[in-house]
Amino acid sequence: MATLTVPTTVPSVSEDCEQLRKAFSGWGTNEGLIIDILGHRNAEQRNLIRKTYAETYGEDLLKALDKELSNDFERLVLLWALDPAERDALLANEATKRWTSSNQVLMEIACTRSANQLLHARQAYHARYKKSLEEDVAHHTTGDFRKLLLPLVSSYRYEGEEVNMTLAKTEAKLLHEKISDKAYSDDDVIRVLATRSKAQINATLNHYKNEYGNDINKDLKADPKDEFLALLRSTVKCLVYPEKYFEKVLRLAINRRGTDEGALTRVVCTRAEVDLKIIADEYQRRNSVPLTRAIVKDTHGDYENLLLALAGHVEN
Amino acid sequence: MRKGCSKFFLEDERQFERWNDSAIKSLKAEFKLFKDVVVLSLMHPWERDARLLKKALKKGPPHYNVIVEIACTRSSDQLLGARKAYHSLFDRSIEEDLASHVKGSERKLLVALVSAYRYEGPKVKEDAAKSEAKALLNAIKNNNGDHKKKAMEEDEVIWILTTRSKPHLKVVYEQYKKISAKTITEDLEVELLLKETVECLCTPQTYFTRVFDTALREDAKEDAKKALTRLVATQEDVDLKGIAARFEDKIKERVKGAYKDVLLGVLADDRK
Repeated sequence: MATLTVPTTVPSVSEDCEQLRKAFSGWGTNEGLIIDILGHRNAEQRNLIRKTYAETYGEDLLKALDKELSNDFERLVLLWALDPAERDALLANEATKRWTSSNQVLMEIACTRSANQLLHARQAYHARYKKSLEEDVAHHTTGDFRKLLLPLVSSYRYEGEEVNMTLAKTEAKLLHEKISDKAYSDDDVIRVLATRSKAQINATLNHYKNEYGNDINKDLKADPKDEFLALLRSTVKCLVYPEKYFEKVLRLAINRRGTDEGALTRVVCTRAEVDLKIIADEYQRRNSVPLTRAIVKDTHGDYENLLLALAGHVEN
Repeated sequence: MRKGCSKFFLEDERQFERWNDSAIKSLKAEFKLFKDVVVLSLMHPWERDARLLKKALKKGPPHYNVIVEIACTRSSDQLLGARKAYHSLFDRSIEEDLASHVKGSERKLLVALVSAYRYEGPKVKEDAAKSEAKALLNAIKNNNGDHKKKAMEEDEVIWILTTRSKPHLKVVYEQYKKISAKTITEDLEVELLLKETVECLCTPQTYFTRVFDTALREDAKEDAKKALTRLVATQEDVDLKGIAARFEDKIKERVKGAYKDVLLGVLADDRK
């Protein structure tokens, strides 16, 4: 469930644009106004605002924001203002660049988006970067990581709920064999994770647990230092219970000494319109404290305020 | 119509007109090809491609070239459409079916080919193309004598051929010619599927010409004729007409009846 709240009577697009323009004019910036508007508009509304702003003032809203804002708040606003597909394309592109590379982010995008959302991200990638996401992933990752990530970002999974129980049995057995042989990057392991529908994978993993006693991720913990195994475990989590995956990302981002704003921003932005409520519930369950309270404790200023707005926090 | 098809009828000693058996056989064969062209041309391209893929997969390894042809000669959006249609028709993704049914060394290549969503712009990276041509050359040379692993199983070969854009691959093809005595396709004579992949991606004209040529030979087999039918009915490549024009005389000579008329008609058709 989404946490984003949009007012019941939304001002007209031109009013929003006018207010945003006002927020930038004169000395300094009225960040509160930006948060009030953008922090309470959905993707369609934001797209319309961007379009209208450009038509009215001859300037890309994002460029204006870039000029006026800075640091964590700016990053959050810019990422948030983007259409989800463009946002994913941007995050994916950053994840392939040398200094900001992240196999985890690539896997996260590939596995937690729906088939069509992933497709739109790939289309946005073509438009924005004049190349395909797949070629960048192929070019910038190596070895086992590439073996896993390339099929994952290329996938276009069937999205039906149908499940073949016989197949689930066969593939659970196959996975168990490969894992017992420590053949973690075996073609068949990757094939199952990268091509089967999420419903089918879920059935297979349930069968795995029933038949062999352990959760597959427990069996994949053989070497705690192995980064590939860590990625594999995260892949499984993203495919069958993404809210647990995101809860962990948030937990690590917030509870560390010093906050990982990058991860916090990314998760809140990309899930606010999807399932941040479920993730927040999971967070509270796991950490005995509401997500919003953790955000208040660990962040401050405009950054904190926008995060709270997106997380559905209502002022008491 | 009966009066005009006198060659189909024989008069026997009882002065009864009956079908000429061998004429019936050839008529049936012609009509089948004719039917195939018509059905293929009328079906929605996405459904058509999804069904062709499914059929090729079912028929097994000798027909995997159809999978290569479709994956490599369609535009990115057409291939995507075929994947969507496949979901609808068969409640599975083409990738999972391919991945679980193709057992041999072709598996990685075929799955990656149908999963491609290539960038379609003209921008090409010259430097990358040069180093990729080298990488391909190494992979091919290293595996030519080695019977344990084929070039089509090499990760490097696969990702270059399945993720790079077609314009980029055409430059890779040219660069390869500069560093090797032969073209990529000549060097790949032993790996037919990989050769066809490169052909369809880099020099589709060569591929189309070969299909026409094989199908219009005296001893052309069923599959060769089917390949021509499929090509004519499914390719929207404007250049196909150019090739067809070269074969027009052969078509008139070798092909008969309704199938010939449809073939020539479809080729003459004003295409996008």
